[in-house]
Amino acid sequence: MTAPDQHHPTGAASTLLRLRRWTGPHRRWFVLMIVTASAAMLAQSFVPLVIGRVVDGPIRHHDRSGLLQLAALALVLGIAEAALFWARRRAMADAALGVETDIRRDLYAHIQRLPVSFHDRFPSGQLVSRFTSDLSTLRRFLGFGFVFLIANSVTTVVVLVLLLHIHLVLGMVVLAAMTPLVVGTRQFELRYSRDARRAQDLTGDLATSVEESALGIRVIKSYGRRPYMLRLFLGEAERLRGAEMRKLTTLGWFWALLEGVPQLVLAAVVGGGVLAVAHGSITLGGLVAFVTLYLRLIWPLISLGWLLAIMQEAASATRRIFEVLDTPPTILDPDVPAPAERGTAVRFDNVRFRFADAETDVLRGVDLEIRAGETMALVGAVGSGKTTLTALVPRLYDVTGGRLLLGGVDVRDLTLDQLRHAVTTAFEDATLFSASVRENLVLGRAGISDADVAEAIEVAQADFVHELPFGLETRIGEQGLSLSGGQRQRLARARAVLGRPRGRVIDDPRSAHDVHTQSHLESALRRVLSSTTALLVAHRPSTVLLADRVALLQDGRIAAVGTHRELLDTVPAYRELLAQSSELAPAGLAR
Amino acid sequence: MTDQETLEVDGWRGKLTADAAAAAQEQDDVTAGGRPRLRKDARRLLFELLRPHRRPAAIVFLIVLVQVAATMAGPWLVGVAIDSALPAALRGHYGSLIAVATGLALAALVSGLLRSAFVLRSGAIGQAMLFELRRRAFDHVQSLSVSFHERFTSGRVISRLTSDVDTLNELLEAGLDGLITAIFNIAAISVILFFLDVPLALLAMASLVPVYLCYRWYTARAVRAFRRTRETNAALIVNVVETLNGIRAVQAFRRERRNDAIFAGLNGAYGDANRETYRLQAFFIPGTTLVGNLALVAVLLIGGVRVADGGLQLGVLTAFLLYLQQFYDPMEDVAVFYNSLQSATAALEKIAAVLAVPASVPEPQTPVPLPRPVRGRVTLAGVRFGYTADRPVLPELSLDIAPGQTVALVGATGAGKTTIAKLISRFYDPTEGVVRLDGVDLRDLAEAELRRAVVMVTQDGFLFSGSVADNIAFGRDGATRADVMAAAGAVGAHQFITALPDGYDTDVRKRGGRLSAGQRQLVAFARAFLADPAVLILDEATSSLDVPSERAVQRALRTVLADRTALIIAHRLSTVEIADRVLVLASGRIMEDGVPDDLVDSGGGEFAALHASWRDSLV
Repeated sequence: MTAPDQHHPTGAASTLLRLRRWTGPHRRWFVLMIVTASAAMLAQSFVPLVIGRVVDGPIRHHDRSGLLQLAALALVLGIAEAALFWARRRAMADAALGVETDIRRDLYAHIQRLPVSFHDRFPSGQLVSRFTSDLSTLRRFLGFGFVFLIANSVTTVVVLVLLLHIHLVLGMVVLAAMTPLVVGTRQFELRYSRDARRAQDLTGDLATSVEESALGIRVIKSYGRRPYMLRLFLGEAERLRGAEMRKLTTLGWFWALLEGVPQLVLAAVVGGGVLAVAHGSITLGGLVAFVTLYLRLIWPLISLGWLLAIMQEAASATRRIFEVLDTPPTILDPDVPAPAERGTAVRFDNVRFRFADAETDVLRGVDLEIRAGETMALVGAVGSGKTTLTALVPRLYDVTGGRLLLGGVDVRDLTLDQLRHAVTTAFEDATLFSASVRENLVLGRAGISDADVAEAIEVAQADFVHELPFGLETRIGEQGLSLSGGQRQRLARARAVLGRPRGRVIDDPRSAHDVHTQSHLESALRRVLSSTTALLVAHRPSTVLLADRVALLQDGRIAAVGTHRELLDTVPAYRELLAQSSELAPAGLAR
Repeated sequence: MTDQETLEVDGWRGKLTADAAAAAQEQDDVTAGGRPRLRKDARRLLFELLRPHRRPAAIVFLIVLVQVAATMAGPWLVGVAIDSALPAALRGHYGSLIAVATGLALAALVSGLLRSAFVLRSGAIGQAMLFELRRRAFDHVQSLSVSFHERFTSGRVISRLTSDVDTLNELLEAGLDGLITAIFNIAAISVILFFLDVPLALLAMASLVPVYLCYRWYTARAVRAFRRTRETNAALIVNVVETLNGIRAVQAFRRERRNDAIFAGLNGAYGDANRETYRLQAFFIPGTTLVGNLALVAVLLIGGVRVADGGLQLGVLTAFLLYLQQFYDPMEDVAVFYNSLQSATAALEKIAAVLAVPASVPEPQTPVPLPRPVRGRVTLAGVRFGYTADRPVLPELSLDIAPGQTVALVGATGAGKTTIAKLISRFYDPTEGVVRLDGVDLRDLAEAELRRAVVMVTQDGFLFSGSVADNIAFGRDGATRADVMAAAGAVGAHQFITALPDGYDTDVRKRGGRLSAGQRQLVAFARAFLADPAVLILDEATSSLDVPSERAVQRALRTVLADRTALIIAHRLSTVEIADRVLVLASGRIMEDGVPDDLVDSGGGEFAALHASWRDSLV
């Protein structure tokens, strides 16, 4: 259930650099953040100097006016520090939040356009967690970590240079002592990025579990399997806890190193420094300056542990996001679109299809021609690939062999807009969105009038919508009014009927309708179908009768095409599939 | 976002009925007021989570104290080195220098080791709390009724159990050590300040009043702002989940651009909510810094004047000023931590609100056992039910299904067939009246016992990601591979399953996406077969099957249903053929009730008419 393994991880910095695309437009805010952070640090370090001057000068000399002047300076610095601090945080909001919002927007846009085959494979909890926890991790890094990482690194280098300047040998001692830290940091980065990645993947798995437990609640309740689901969930939560603890173990020794080594060096510096003073190679003042300066190095070093940790987390969150963004949408508009399809005839020309991870083809050379204006019923056993075949027409999947022609043009040479406006699809599962009835029918398609909507509702026998509390404006779907299975299917059908497409693919006539409604529906459908080219998946003789011809899908090929009567008479497999033999009819009823 | 766009998005959402709107309000708590009860609930939840870890937490506290002391020993030892070890070294005595250096090295080791111990121990407590929170929330949500889930939506469940829980994680990572160190410093330095000079110390303490006001100002606004972030975050997740689950429709109908626009609104709202919290922090945290800086200047001025007047020693003022800086610096850490606490509290409020939802279909306090053997008599007596108060679905229904009887429910869409099924499987409780199994009110049955006895198979037959075998085995705890295969064989699913690439171990993928609708129904059917309940409810469970598969299922049903009670909902009359009894429903009332043949023979009824049109439809 875990997302695909990452490739060999690139360095954190180069991964994070890939974010330039989004940080670019907010560059000035990032610059402002760094400038204000440095200026605030400066202001902060000037305050003690001013105080020192006040104490040494006016106070010692009982000079009230001097006191006032310097106090005013301290006041200005104090206010400046707070103001700069405020400015940095404001800039942070615009920079970090701006980048986060932009990435989320692009991620959403990208995911929507990834082919259905991607969505079949990728657990949706893993996708959701990229939208939420990975992006917040990134935001925190861009807002806090990034600035201080720069500021602290600069401080560290400056202080080191100054230390070398004060006393070369002692400075070298300090520099040499940094080696274990550098080695430790490298080790830490390797381990922590792996640990962080694992925890993030497990977070995604946990989200997937939660999602399934919510979507499958009826089944879980039906079978009383709550304890089982809880066990599974706790198993995953436990694994996540384990991964988090591993992160903490890595973090623990690294922080111990960062905390301990600089202090050990302090011992060496003090010991060595005192000896140096004793041997006259440094003055006492020099040593005090050296030690004081060195003490200022400790905090940036310790905080480096925390900063590097969030940097690694941000890098691996970025990697996870790019795994999705780097997946190319394989079903695209052609570079040079064909002008428009000519006519509405649909032809399957030796069409083959294989799912990405399968070893055999589902469709093994389908040849079928649906003439313009004709309604073709598609019949086949459970699992014969009927749904797959219908999904090829609107290019929800692309054929893996052969061609599929609409009006003589390969569907891959049409733009998706052209194709999907020309052909509408009704699905077996009637997905409704949490939106108004109208929105659910129109789905944002342009050029659809109220009259069109009214007609579609009538054709689909979905008049019940007029009786909803707010009619077409009533919110339905998960977050709105819940509808029965039959009502949902009628809306899905109205959706497909809407918009006067020239071709239709209908994979729905399931029997979530009572016989009564069904017959009304069929006559309405017959009316609609007469004006278009249609491919109709059929399970029942009554549906087959809506069609001009029937194609039998068997073993991945079209085994026979003809009228219902012809096939019934000549093809035993077809008879087997569709004939309601008397043996089957209700025992008592068939008289 | 302009008003135009707001309107567009709102228009798109459609209107909610008063009932549903009230429900949404209840879930979201999108109210401006302080809602003290929520805060209290959130805090209580936090303390409940912390309570079992009191001792380890005390140990962590000790570790921090010692660690802080070890760290603070550094500068002091440096002072000792300069004041006494250096003069000694100059005289050729290295003893005290060695002692100081050793002391420093020891302090380094101690603080390093304790740091690692702190990270691990405090982390372990935090992770245990998170685990417990996840466990509680998951278990509670799972215990809530189907009607709760229908209102609350899966997206919101996900957001409560993932990103809201993550917020607590952020609090735990926010540096509890920093907070403890800060408080420790502030307390110690306050004492020192009073020792140094009482009037100046009082002045410093007085500066805490504006700091307190700052906190007050901030808290009042942050509570609302952070709640807003949790709500907008949930709305965002709900939308993402919906898009992912409906991706085929999204693409086939070219909804991508429309969705982009809608998502921009949600994304923007979440961004705005976050921006507001950032804006508040941008005043709050520097605000405390400003107060500190101002107080410093005030002490400098007043102290300076007093020194000038000879009322205060210069050394005392110097020391006071140095300590005062260390007094205000940690205030910022406290402010940062407080900010994380507000954020986590908002998330905990949301989780606590879910935890506080009472089970609308509660388990009985003292369950009544079913008489053995379970025979499967189902009785509905004077049952009234409606999903909303103003629209009764079942106005008044009484029904007795004898043990072993197979009853078919027939009727138009919306006649209440599925509702009856949901009442018998206790997804809902009736508003009035009682549903009994073998004479026992369903409300008195233990959940486990009820579920063993009654199983409902629905049309969509949800499949979990995992293998085909896992999905079938879901029907019964502890089912073996042989059981699974026997069940699949019985419903005629064995053949297609063995033809799959990995047979029973084939991963069905997300929502069973690898299988066709018909195959999914067969798997769901095998699952029910394996569960072997006394009462089986089939709600359109075979609608996606082709004729031969349905025939196989029906053959299986004839034997399976022979000795158990069954309720079959089907629009296709061929499914009804195995029924002993047919109920024709209209608007929640039983219009016809009888043996199928009799109903057909009697001629004039609805069922006879349906049957006639069905016969006509056969070819």
